[in-house]
Amino acid sequence: MTNGWIDIKNTDMMLIMGGNPAENHPCGFKWAVEAKIHRNAKTIVVDPRLTRTAANADMYVQIRAGADIAFLGGVIRYAVENSRIAKDYLVNYTNASFIIKDGFALPEDGLFSGFDPEKKVYDKKTWNYEEGGDLAGKPVAATPPEKTPPPLPAGAAPPPPALPPNVAFDLTLQHPRCVYQLLKKQYERYTPEMVERITGIPKDQFLKAADLFTSVRKDGDMKKVATIIYAVGWTQHSFGTQIIRTAAILQLLMGNVGRAGGGVNALRGHSNIQGATDMAGIFDILPGYLKMPNPADVDLATFLKRTTPTESKPDPWESFNYWSNTPKFTVSFLKAMYGAAATKENDWAFNYLPKIDRNYSWVNIWNDMYEGKIKGIFAFGMNGVMIGPDSNKNIDALKKADWLVVCEIYPDETSEFWRAPGITADDQKKINTTVYRLPGAGFAEKDGTFVNSARWLQWKNVAVPPPGQARLDQEILATIFLKVRELYKKEGGKFPDPVLNATFAYTNPYNPSLAEVAKEINGKALADITDPKTNTTIKAGQQLPGFAWLKDDGTTISGNWLYCGSWTEAGAMMQRRGTDDPSGLGIYPNWGWSWPANRRVLYNRASCDVDGKPWDPSRRQVWWDEAKQSWVGVDVPDFKVDSAPKDHMGPFIMNPDGVGRLFVPLGGMQDGPFPEFYEPIESPLANLLHPNQSNNPVVKRYKTDMDKYASTGDKEYNIICTTYRLTEHYHYWTKNNPMNVQLVPEPFIEVPAELADRMGIRGGEKVKVTSARSHYIAKAMVTRRIRPMQIDGKETFQIGIPIHWGFRGIVEDEDRTAKTLANQLTPTIIDPNAFTPEFKGFLVKIEKA
Amino acid sequence: MADRKALQAEMISGHSGPAPGHGMQRDLEVCKLVDTTTCIGCKACEVACAEWNDLPFSPTTFDNTYQTMPETRWNFWNLIKFNEHQNPDGTIQWLMRKDQCMHCADPGCLAACPADGAIVKYANGIVDFNQENCIGCEFCVSGCPFNIPRFNPATKRVYKCTLCSDRVGEGLEPACIKACPTGCLKFGTKDDMKFIAEERTKQLRDNFGWKNAGVYDPQSVGGTHVIYVLHDATDPERYGNLPSNPQIPWSYTVWKWLFKPVLGTFALFGFLGVVLHYVTSGPRRTQPEPPAKDGANVNV
Ligand code: SF4
Ligand code: SF4
Repeated sequence: MTNGWIDIKNTDMMLIMGGNPAENHPCGFKWAVEAKIHRNAKTIVVDPRLTRTAANADMYVQIRAGADIAFLGGVIRYAVENSRIAKDYLVNYTNASFIIKDGFALPEDGLFSGFDPEKKVYDKKTWNYEEGGDLAGKPVAATPPEKTPPPLPAGAAPPPPALPPNVAFDLTLQHPRCVYQLLKKQYERYTPEMVERITGIPKDQFLKAADLFTSVRKDGDMKKVATIIYAVGWTQHSFGTQIIRTAAILQLLMGNVGRAGGGVNALRGHSNIQGATDMAGIFDILPGYLKMPNPADVDLATFLKRTTPTESKPDPWESFNYWSNTPKFTVSFLKAMYGAAATKENDWAFNYLPKIDRNYSWVNIWNDMYEGKIKGIFAFGMNGVMIGPDSNKNIDALKKADWLVVCEIYPDETSEFWRAPGITADDQKKINTTVYRLPGAGFAEKDGTFVNSARWLQWKNVAVPPPGQARLDQEILATIFLKVRELYKKEGGKFPDPVLNATFAYTNPYNPSLAEVAKEINGKALADITDPKTNTTIKAGQQLPGFAWLKDDGTTISGNWLYCGSWTEAGAMMQRRGTDDPSGLGIYPNWGWSWPANRRVLYNRASCDVDGKPWDPSRRQVWWDEAKQSWVGVDVPDFKVDSAPKDHMGPFIMNPDGVGRLFVPLGGMQDGPFPEFYEPIESPLANLLHPNQSNNPVVKRYKTDMDKYASTGDKEYNIICTTYRLTEHYHYWTKNNPMNVQLVPEPFIEVPAELADRMGIRGGEKVKVTSARSHYIAKAMVTRRIRPMQIDGKETFQIGIPIHWGFRGIVEDEDRTAKTLANQLTPTIIDPNAFTPEFKGFLVKIEKA
Repeated sequence: MADRKALQAEMISGHSGPAPGHGMQRDLEVCKLVDTTTCIGCKACEVACAEWNDLPFSPTTFDNTYQTMPETRWNFWNLIKFNEHQNPDGTIQWLMRKDQCMHCADPGCLAACPADGAIVKYANGIVDFNQENCIGCEFCVSGCPFNIPRFNPATKRVYKCTLCSDRVGEGLEPACIKACPTGCLKFGTKDDMKFIAEERTKQLRDNFGWKNAGVYDPQSVGGTHVIYVLHDATDPERYGNLPSNPQIPWSYTVWKWLFKPVLGTFALFGFLGVVLHYVTSGPRRTQPEPPAKDGANVNV
């Protein structure tokens, strides 16, 4: 979240889309209720189903699953047409005025400029800012030709295109190639009529929703604030990242980012999924969102050159370009990882880091295992067979693996993949995978932190000790690590150094205390270091108070720069329980600790006008104090504190251009600098904007014999299906808990009443849903909360399946269900930016079972 | 029972700012406020109720609804009723109402009960069943206009929500109130809850377009110690058969009026009351169900 849970109470308007917080985040949803009760805030819910959240909304809009960009693009068009935009914010805090290179083309035919149809990738060189100062009022000229680069040494690859240091701009926003004009043109095609045809939302209803949402910016008045709230209903598409981009564009256009009650807010689906992301539980980043090295990064200097951005902005403006500190964060991380073995001479042991040569994202791991390239897998805290997509493919992948290690608290579908329904005793004999099941500890049996959606690190205590032989995860992992290290020591190996030299200095290395790990992640000084400005010194061995102290000379360590400040000499900030909130904005500065620097709202400089005065004084967060010549406030300023407003430093300090990006230049996005609407891979119709380019052009289908996809407009599979979770269950766990099972005892499928009538399906009857891959059987819940939709004038139905049941659990073990898995239906296809599978909006058929 | 201080509203869950009327002296009449317009049907209250009262599990089956079971049970006293209501314009309203004992000021269960001390109404408004004194005759079941008391055939006794009289006696809020994540459940004095409920319905009428928003506190049973904020108070039935005009069967009121003075001495008259009720109402019959409003209510 750019903002935080409690901050939602400060809003005047909520657009909840691609998420169902009342269902999946009931505790957080209280702040939406607070906003309604105390601010008369309005709620718009856009969802394929009338959900628990929609039940509480002021306006519910039923949308076809996967049509989100068409809807949001339509709202952007509406905001621009009706001047519901924040003009000053737009000109000063976004790249609206930046000029884009000549040769850049909008995707009127479905493709941006630079597409290579063979490789299905874009050459992004035209997706760039033009070089060259203020162009306001000057005649429009073509982009001057590139200066011929100096000749390259033989065999060297040409340098990748870079952002120009001195960006061309037009603050009047008139230049035809300025971002604002291009944006206008991009969404001109998203007319209310087009929105209706694509999304199924009747034009009148769409206009009402667009009017309501943008009403906070009526007549350009900046006082009110709107928030956008989403979850995996947006990410789980083959264009998921672009849906979120569309939301970001809308919020920037309306000046809602950086402000209390505003922002673009991702509700994370697990108690610690934010922590998992921050700590690089993803293949392509290191902790703190540092980039992962690749084979071309032959040494640290090459890596840092590639990953440290340089300023790129209009000359009269300033840019903090905070990622220019990448070397400090990287070296401190390497020192934390490899301690004394990391020296200046050996590039701080940079070469110990793995270099990623290809995509190791979730779906690709399973695909590679299916293709026999990955031989074994550790499954901790996840149930890979259930998660899918295409659970059958994952089961078959495990059959081909040599070994599988599962750490769980229940017998689950992954550790028992060999017992999946349909596998006979004979089949079982042919499965040679060795399965090791380790008894893990449940969440209440371990301490440590959860990082919530609001980026707050909150410490929790142990409620009960793990029962029987169950062990803490860190004990299991540390024991395995130390055993592997022992083997390397004894037997050597191809490259033992990273394992032998990794720091592992815990009081009990076989069961490290998480407090010690947390302190290590925060980081400490290895030598006395002094800040010349304040003349304060941190002594060697002391915990660091914040990431501003990190150095690239090996005198500091930090396991994750973003968490630096969470466990200081003053104690465990993440364990604080201060309930004072002097601001009344729900900032609670002494409760837990939020990254970065205990700042609760990101980019909060943007909550003020160019002169540093809050847009809404009643919700002031930070402001410029002329007397002190400093930014001050009730939140921690997300800014260079002594940068005076007249210097015009951009508030979006993590971007080298310092501005919010309506247009994402160069390699930021794989599939376009502006979001464009594409159909889901399986769709009942061809894209109405450009039928010849129906899907996201850079999305690649998988090629194994298991990967089958329904065709566009498929005659057989013509019902849209989406999957989701219920309040009453937590993923694939609580089917083992009698209380949850009492609340919702069995799997079900939500079927629109009109479809059920037509097919003679009555509520409670068993139905079978089949996709191009497999089938799913459960009882029908016949409901009017999902209505038939008119998609391009054609009646179209959607159904929904909660994902919680499998073949192990209370009712499963009693043989009271069909033991099919919802994700046996879903296609193996991923978003090209975040690699998230398309669980929402695939095609099925339905019949009585 | 709690002393005055213990039951003064000092803080209210999900309610920011000071509790209305904090520090005032008043007669204690407690009340639970259920704001159906901010209930999300999360069932935290169901779980809290079952856990606090140690209610054993019983099997449920899928019944074409999100609702946990069709009605409350002897071992499940707090049930969110889910209803799909179709508005005249064709749009659907998904309603969630927390169903439990209403703790009537004029409790029909108590009026019907012949067993000495089986049902107690405290000065603070809580109506509590004392299972030790229950004779299992189930008159309370037919005396209740809200279809609440439930007979356990194994123990031959009747059970229902106690408004957590054990917790309230210790100055705590009921378990459901503590668990409710949205703050749509509030607990305090009846006056305070009425005040908050009226304010909220005014807000719903003035700012959210719910012209018929209102408070449900039926005077036909003297008011209740559980009150609802409804989007449309003119049609409480749509919230899972909440009666617009709950009535205690007249046989019980008549019986009471006739025989109460001598009830303590002549338990036999209790039996006559039974006969009278049997003759007029038949055996333990619950309130007649109002006919479904329209075909949209597929919550069957
Ligand atoms: S709701 Fe029924 S059981 Fe509860 S007090 Fe009223 S009459 Fe008695
Ligand atoms: S806990 Fe509160 S919000 Fe949840 S179902 Fe019960 S009354 Fe409704």
